[in-house]
Amino acid sequence: MPKKISILIVDDEESVTDSLYNWFIEDGYRVECAENAKKALTMLESDIYDIVLADIKMPGMDGLEMLKRIKSLRKESIVIIMTAFATVDTAVQALKDGAFDYVTKPFDPDDLSHLIRNASKQISLLEENEILKEKVVSLENVEDLIGNSEAMQNVLKEIESVAQSNASVIITGESGTGKELVARAIHANSPRKFFPMVSVHCGALSESLLESELFGHEKGAFTGAVYNRKGRFEMADSGTIFLDEIATISPKMQVELLRVLESKSFVRVGGNKEITSDFRVICATNRDLKSMVEKGIFREDLFYRLNVVNINVPPLRDRIEDIPLLVDYFIKKYCMSMNRALITIDSSALKRLEEFPFPGNIRELENMIERAIVVGNGKKITLKDLPLGKTVVNTTFESLDDLEKNHISQILSKYNWNISVSAKALKVDRVTLYNKIKKYDLKPAK
Amino acid sequence: MNLENITLISFGYFEKELLEMVVNDVEREFLLPVKTQEGHMDLSEFYDPSRRQYDGNRLLKEIDFGYGDDTIKTLGIFNVDLFIPILTYIFGQAFLNGRAGIASIYRLRNERYGIKSDEKVFADRIRKEVIHELGHTFGLIHCQNPDCVMRSSTYVEDIDQKSHHLCNHCRLKLI
Repeated sequence: MPKKISILIVDDEESVTDSLYNWFIEDGYRVECAENAKKALTMLESDIYDIVLADIKMPGMDGLEMLKRIKSLRKESIVIIMTAFATVDTAVQALKDGAFDYVTKPFDPDDLSHLIRNASKQISLLEENEILKEKVVSLENVEDLIGNSEAMQNVLKEIESVAQSNASVIITGESGTGKELVARAIHANSPRKFFPMVSVHCGALSESLLESELFGHEKGAFTGAVYNRKGRFEMADSGTIFLDEIATISPKMQVELLRVLESKSFVRVGGNKEITSDFRVICATNRDLKSMVEKGIFREDLFYRLNVVNINVPPLRDRIEDIPLLVDYFIKKYCMSMNRALITIDSSALKRLEEFPFPGNIRELENMIERAIVVGNGKKITLKDLPLGKTVVNTTFESLDDLEKNHISQILSKYNWNISVSAKALKVDRVTLYNKIKKYDLKPAK
Repeated sequence: MNLENITLISFGYFEKELLEMVVNDVEREFLLPVKTQEGHMDLSEFYDPSRRQYDGNRLLKEIDFGYGDDTIKTLGIFNVDLFIPILTYIFGQAFLNGRAGIASIYRLRNERYGIKSDEKVFADRIRKEVIHELGHTFGLIHCQNPDCVMRSSTYVEDIDQKSHHLCNHCRLKLI
């Protein structure tokens, strides 16, 4: 169902506001009137109107001054200036100041209908543009969710079954496992997919900033609040809100959040008007919320409100079989984005990747592949392109011999088994290096 | 008192057959009995010499307060040119979900536009305008269906394009 367009009529003549009110109400618009600019601005501070029809000559503040103030309150407002005394100068000035159009009273009924139709079209195009942008981002990212392992297939099945419902979801999993991608996949497969998915990284914001970010604020609510601002809950109307790192929110915000989730309504910071929004909540955390509830750090009622469905994203070490697929995917992704020819990966490099514990999970793997493409020879990713060595040494080798063997092997790989260059890098003579190669039975990688 | 009927009040001369046709159409669309009566009002009070037209807003209020206390809806039919302050002319107007409406036949004749007179087209336009304004009093807003009588019309050509019936969607809203 198309959104109901709201119109604010500003004119000091009652007969004009009455006439326009009756005319627009018959067209099914939401219409309100103000008899002067001051009252109109007060109304615009507490409510959002899609179209403002304002007379240019009014006692007190005139229509042009009001136009400037409206534009400073909400840039995207569509303001149409009306006047009984048209001059080219005022028309030009109004358009320069950002008026959508300029009409001379009285106007033909058809002109008025056209004007409002064009303005409505502009509004829906702007909204559609925003929605499409969100949608493109969503679709791009959903492709990233790949894996043939049983663990990943189970996650995909859970996404499929939960997507169609409106149930709240908590996505758990270690850092870098792709929790946000799972949230995007749920949204993209839900009936809300044509509306925005709004993400909030709760951990990155202080309590007061998070409050303003989630609920929005009114102009003057705090120092620096120079505009009215919609909150993320309002922006997620008809769509999905994704609250990342939910475990980091303060006890006060937990109470506020619980209230919003129960009533689906809230008040902007510094405002007094109740705003309702129809959103679905998806949360993510890398912490154990249940134990936080037991310790009294996280509210139990909020936990149960959010935890209608729980999807646990497995760490990469538990789905090693997906690594070749992911590596292949990231190679394609970054070769394309860097405008390079598609390259492959050396089998020994891939094997080492499969043995690597990946504490940073897929994010770490992705960064590794991106780096390897940047620093590599542009044909094949080899062991020397992957920053695995130090971590492997630190975690796997205990004896000095093993350490020496590994280090010599790395240097040899780095210099393509050029003995002179490798010996120089190791600060030993060539004979010593040959002896070490023999001792540790080192051979070039195929 | 009978609140279950609609009253059409004609101001000025209207042919009896024409009014009868309109009454039948209105009865069929709104499923309520319709009665007609002649209205007597000094229209000069509503005349605006600067625009050489009659004030539609004031006439609508006059119909609302001064006529049809005993009916559910009242519509005044005029043969003078109507305006509202912001528009150059109107064919009619009504209080949405209210009790009163007005319609003018002044701009519905072909002769006004330099075209050959056609009584059938003229009568057709009148019944569409009357049903349209009464539709507003029953809470119907403009309809996007090109065939529906509640489709918005700013020119007589627009009136000719639509039928004199409510579409199913609007009809359902009446129930």
